[in-house]
Amino acid sequence: MKINGAQIFIESLLKEGVDTIFGYPGGAVIPIYDALYNDTRLRHILVRHEQGAVHMADGYARATGRPGVVLVTSGPGATNTVTGIATAYMDSIPIIVFTGQVPTALIGNDAFQEADIVGITRPCTKHNYLVKDVRDIARVIKEAFHIAATGRPGPVLVDLPKDILNAATEFKYPEKIELRSYQPTYEGHPGQIKRAVDTILASKRPVIYAGGGVLLSNASKELKSLAEKLNIPVTLTLMGLGGFPGTHPLFLGMLGMHGTYTANMSVTNTDCLIAIGSRFDDRVTGKIDEFAPYAKVIHIDIDPTSISKNVRVDVPIVGDVKHVLKDMLKELDNAKHSKDVLKDWHEQIAKWKDTHKLSYKQNDKIKPQHVIEKLYELTKGSAIITTEVGQNQMWAAQFYLYDSPRQFLTSGGLGTMGYGFPAAIGAQVAFPDKTVIDIAGDGSIQMNIQELATAVQHKLPVKVAILNNRFLGMVRQWQEFFYEKRYSYTCMDAAPDFVKLAEAYGAVGLRAEKPEEVVPVIKEALKVNKPVLMDFRIDREEDVYPMVPAGQPLNKMLLV
Amino acid sequence: MRHTISILVDNEFGVLSRVAGLFSGRGFNIESLCVAETLDPKVSRMTIVTRGDDQIIEQITKQLNKLVNIIKVYDLTAEEHIERELAMIKVNVSEKDRAEVLSIVDIFRAKIVDVSPKTYTIEMTGDNEKVNAMVELLKPFGIKEIAKTGKIAIARSPKAVK
Ligand SMILES: Cc1ncc(C[n+]2csc(CCOP(=O)(O)OP(=O)(O)O)c2C)c(N)n1
Ligand SMILES: [Mg+2]
Repeated sequence: MKINGAQIFIESLLKEGVDTIFGYPGGAVIPIYDALYNDTRLRHILVRHEQGAVHMADGYARATGRPGVVLVTSGPGATNTVTGIATAYMDSIPIIVFTGQVPTALIGNDAFQEADIVGITRPCTKHNYLVKDVRDIARVIKEAFHIAATGRPGPVLVDLPKDILNAATEFKYPEKIELRSYQPTYEGHPGQIKRAVDTILASKRPVIYAGGGVLLSNASKELKSLAEKLNIPVTLTLMGLGGFPGTHPLFLGMLGMHGTYTANMSVTNTDCLIAIGSRFDDRVTGKIDEFAPYAKVIHIDIDPTSISKNVRVDVPIVGDVKHVLKDMLKELDNAKHSKDVLKDWHEQIAKWKDTHKLSYKQNDKIKPQHVIEKLYELTKGSAIITTEVGQNQMWAAQFYLYDSPRQFLTSGGLGTMGYGFPAAIGAQVAFPDKTVIDIAGDGSIQMNIQELATAVQHKLPVKVAILNNRFLGMVRQWQEFFYEKRYSYTCMDAAPDFVKLAEAYGAVGLRAEKPEEVVPVIKEALKVNKPVLMDFRIDREEDVYPMVPAGQPLNKMLLV
Repeated sequence: MRHTISILVDNEFGVLSRVAGLFSGRGFNIESLCVAETLDPKVSRMTIVTRGDDQIIEQITKQLNKLVNIIKVYDLTAEEHIERELAMIKVNVSEKDRAEVLSIVDIFRAKIVDVSPKTYTIEMTGDNEKVNAMVELLKPFGIKEIAKTGKIAIARSPKAVK
């Protein structure tokens, strides 16, 4: 039986196990929306802006490990997805974005709502497609899901001209993928694995530096086994948080620009840096020539281009983190080692931990760090936390301890303000019964505030904790430290009344102005089964510490 | 250092722009680029000449390999290989210069492929140095126009890039 392209689209998604799509209709995708009408097999979350849809799919993917799916129309619908796609690309998140396109006969004619979205997104997708024949739809969708989710994951875009959605053909979903030019490497080289193990065993001051790759390959169990087996301390990147328990005695905290004193000192003094699914980003390394200067570097990554890109690596291992760690653990079974050799190292680390803990000075104002500590306590550390970008993001990384993977969702690579709220909605769609909280800034929350209507419409009880300093705080902090307090256009005094705003959308608004109001507001928010905006009026010029000024070595930290 | 990289790619629209976009987006340089279909019409071969230190060349080859439409990447520089460019040169020839231009064409084993009362068009293949040497010798006569391909290259060994 022949069915049309729109129906093939739906059947193909179902074959891929998709149950939810985030979308927004328009002329070019009406055929798909018509096919979705009364089809209860797919849940469609109607957003208020296409950027929101992409961040939701991204949040859904990060929280579940399954690819997120987006459907938008051509032209402006497609171009509105670009920031979301670039965000997912930088953090290697598997999403598939389907865009409508003008009919094939009109492509290139500057037709109404035509945009060359394949051209526009080429540099920020893992791969993309323009489908030109109804008979290719099923194969392309199969390939798109495969490419998005395997190897180093990433966003894939599929552009679907309207005429091929209306054309009909036999539906047959391909069973196999034939992509001879795409073959990711999963198994690490055994010789290299042996060398890595020998290097670790010979070291006296080893540190594991793990990143988002641990989460992407679902390898937190293996990471924990490796660290515990050899008693090696672990630091995580912003993207890696949750990949190793935040409350574990071997955890040093996050490293980098706003990393802990202990993590940055440990990495500076280590003689063996074990980089696992991390990519030596400039916010992590500080001045690159003085990063881990005494270390032999072992680097495990599925993406060969990440290895030796920024730093010289002594033992490169290309492969999937989970596979490689399993093999290393096996190799270690036969090795002789004593935990005593690291005694001095652990004593040194304990001293660093004692001298400079993460801290802040409480006064009569609400401190943002205090808000996050209370969120942590009152959710028993088990909420899914998303963040916006800026100071709020760094405090969320420092003061909430993440014990489980896929619990902390943040835009690390691109640093996209406006990410956290839609991402929280996406996570809540996936886990309706969990507490999901966006830790937000007053600036960032206004970038996708319209999605409050989405949360209300779909009864998604996400919570937003706005750390309201009426500043673009992180930029202000830089102006304070490096530009003589010249606060050029970072003051956001004309913010809306967030309580009234929440109410206008049919959500709940709460405000805390004094430290003693923080706990009651959080308790109230956690109690209501509705979306809630919490407006915490925080100490306006609170800064994030420690801070390594851009371009400085990691051990040159500004401390509280 | 200059490197000659040969790549096999899916012969599909958009692949050239993926490759070119990779170079421009990451600040790698392209000195020349040639593309044509191979025996298998589904596959094209590109020859790219680029410059960079070892680390940059390593990144270039790894990044190329990462593109989904790229089947194989070979840096021919380390191997024995043959390189050729093709140039077509339209040069002024007055009555008295004809013999001299002809002898240059002869020495370089080039060919005259078009003649007009005032010009010769010369076709010349060779490696970059040879082509440049001939251009230098022809300059005094007045070169009106020149069209050159980028470099193409093939390894000397009997095995093939596949
Ligand atoms: C889309 C976007 N535009 C601009 C920036 C630059 N930027 C980084 S942090 C920041 C300030 C964020 O302000 P706010 O959301 O209030 O957070 P705060 O730092 O005050 O906690 C800005 C403007 C960005 N990261 N993303
Ligand atoms: Mg702010």
